[in-house]
Amino acid sequence: MMPAQDLFTVAAVSLGALFFLAGTLGLLRFPDTLTRLHALTKADNLGLGLVVLGLLPQVSSPLGWIGLIAVWLLALLAGATVGQLLAGALSPPEGTPARRGDPPA
Amino acid sequence: MTEFLLAAAAFVLATVALGLVRILRGPSDADRLLAAQLLGTGGVAALLLLGVATAEAAVADLALVLTLLAAFASVGFVTGLARPDAAASRADAAARADPDRPGEAGRGSE
Repeated sequence: MMPAQDLFTVAAVSLGALFFLAGTLGLLRFPDTLTRLHALTKADNLGLGLVVLGLLPQVSSPLGWIGLIAVWLLALLAGATVGQLLAGALSPPEGTPARRGDPPA
Repeated sequence: MTEFLLAAAAFVLATVALGLVRILRGPSDADRLLAAQLLGTGGVAALLLLGVATAEAAVADLALVLTLLAAFASVGFVTGLARPDAAASRADAAARADPDRPGEAGRGSE
């Protein structure tokens, strides 16, 4: 295995793991549900994408590449769909404060 | 390289475990669902890392299934959230119509 490939893998997987950490911190620290959803979907999809990108040079068979990329594409599709569904279900009705933590006007 | 991939999988699992604190804190069910969602994606990433580290190609299929199930869990949650009255009345009707059914309530007495 070539060192350049290994270097790429280490860099991309490390960056992906960092995004997972960022998503977890956002989930724990952000003030309300919609911002937490934002942190989670962004960081998750980018983190998983970087992990998949980093793993590609380590897999030798084309079928393995297709499998890895298929997992990421399905995760992207699912994340986008679920994000829209949840945000639509959670958005407050008209006339209420914009954020859940705000005191009622 | 194997050691690095295993360490990365352990790191991702650790961050996901940290995120599970949100399930304890809540406050709403949607927040808890978000933590479960993070568990789904983080579990997929850890599975992929483990699969490449151990040269086990079938693990990618497991990751695919886990992705699908995590999405279905969220869709099921939103469906119940959008129609809370319908879900509640369905559960009530099922309990009233058939109280002796060996289901939710009857299972504990056996």
